[in-house]
Amino acid sequence: MTDRALSVVRAGALTTVQDRGRPGHAHLGVPRSGALDGPAAALANRLVGNGPDAAVLETTLNGCAVRPRCTVTVAVTGAPCRVTVDDRPAAWAAPVRVPAGAVLAIGTALSGVRSYVAVSGGLTVEPILGSRSTDLLSGLGPTPLTDGAVLPLGTPSPLHTRVDTAPQPAPPAELILHVTLGPRDDWFTPEAVRLFTSRTFQVSSASNRIGLRTQGPALERTHRGELPSEGMVLGAVQVPPDGGPVVFLADHPTTGGYPVIGVVREADLPAAAQAAPGTPLRFIGVRRR
Amino acid sequence: MRALPVGDTALLVEVSSGEEAQALHAELVRRRAEGSLSVREIVPAARTVLLDGLTDPARLAAELTAAEVPPAPPRARDVIELRVRYDGPDLADVAAHWGVSPREVARVHAGTEFTVAFCGFAPGFGYLTGLPTRYDVPRRATPRTAVPAGSVGLAGPYTGVYPRSSPGGWQLIGTTDAVLWDHARVPAALLSPGTRVRFVEAP
Repeated sequence: MTDRALSVVRAGALTTVQDRGRPGHAHLGVPRSGALDGPAAALANRLVGNGPDAAVLETTLNGCAVRPRCTVTVAVTGAPCRVTVDDRPAAWAAPVRVPAGAVLAIGTALSGVRSYVAVSGGLTVEPILGSRSTDLLSGLGPTPLTDGAVLPLGTPSPLHTRVDTAPQPAPPAELILHVTLGPRDDWFTPEAVRLFTSRTFQVSSASNRIGLRTQGPALERTHRGELPSEGMVLGAVQVPPDGGPVVFLADHPTTGGYPVIGVVREADLPAAAQAAPGTPLRFIGVRRR
Repeated sequence: MRALPVGDTALLVEVSSGEEAQALHAELVRRRAEGSLSVREIVPAARTVLLDGLTDPARLAAELTAAEVPPAPPRARDVIELRVRYDGPDLADVAAHWGVSPREVARVHAGTEFTVAFCGFAPGFGYLTGLPTRYDVPRRATPRTAVPAGSVGLAGPYTGVYPRSSPGGWQLIGTTDAVLWDHARVPAALLSPGTRVRFVEAP
């Protein structure tokens, strides 16, 4: 087997391979998937000289550890965390050289939820419909990492990295999500719409790559019937009959039957991906552009 | 026809019937193919078509609501035949619901030409229409935790085939060996919106 690979020493709670996802197949029931904090994943790739489409690792809360079989450059971005190479502290959000056979450990998120690990050359697992992303809703792409798994690496680009460290936004103490109302805000009472855009919700621990679940005031409907299934967009805020609003993230279903009260601006979704359970959350109504 | 804005870059076009949604979907796919519509996703559903990734949704909304959509979708050339054994665990329940014998369920189902109205639920899962409304059936009161891949089921006005084992609440009337989804195949999905389908009873 080639040396251009890394083995998984500690998979962590949920570590997946992610790139920019597989948009364009929603009509076949295929979610777009891809890194939840896209800017953090893109930054990690830039720091190691990868192109924007290279696949990276996305960790969840408690990091992971990997052992490259060849010397590589890595960068860890997203949720701030302790980074070590063979137990020696290494920089976060900067290029780090990891010698062949050394263990790169990504620690528990100090704040935020998801850290991104780019490796020079990128992870080159088999793409499906043009993407290497793991889609947890429909099971496309590689399975989440397991201890002992081996991931192939691509050939690093000969370009030198021009960045040696890079600032990133801190994970939110309070998550602010700007929403445009609709398309189904008319399924709710005016009072429910007012509560939605004025009260403070909390990020629920039941959140995942499919949706950011929330706890807060119940949003009462005027329409009691069932909505025939309709197409869903990234950032759609669906309100199931018995629960708080759910903000659709990258692995969201392509169609759904619960009314969408509003849609979160795409620019706010990376912060949503880094909002830990219990984070206060407000939806701010904005006009359509 | 009503065009509802969805966020800043999408439009949910609502029509009054499944047939109109299929016709609108076919028309939008045609416009994209000829280059007059630039959009990332065209997602048909029961009574709507979602257009996502538009640069000027408001302009398109005005244009669509003023336009005439050809009433019937252009017919796909080929009919995909799915060999099916009518041996599903809910066949007797469906027969009772229809007020006919299980044999008659198989005869009616295999005698119907279906169209994939839309996809969803799982990659490669199509919602097929074609049965007259008198054959609508409710979902099972208690969904199954695991429905085997290849199960042919009914729910509401739709027929569907489970591409892989998954939980599900549809009334299962049969089984097919057809591979509905294979990501190594081009195209990966055997059924896509607009595909015509016939179920052929396996001897």
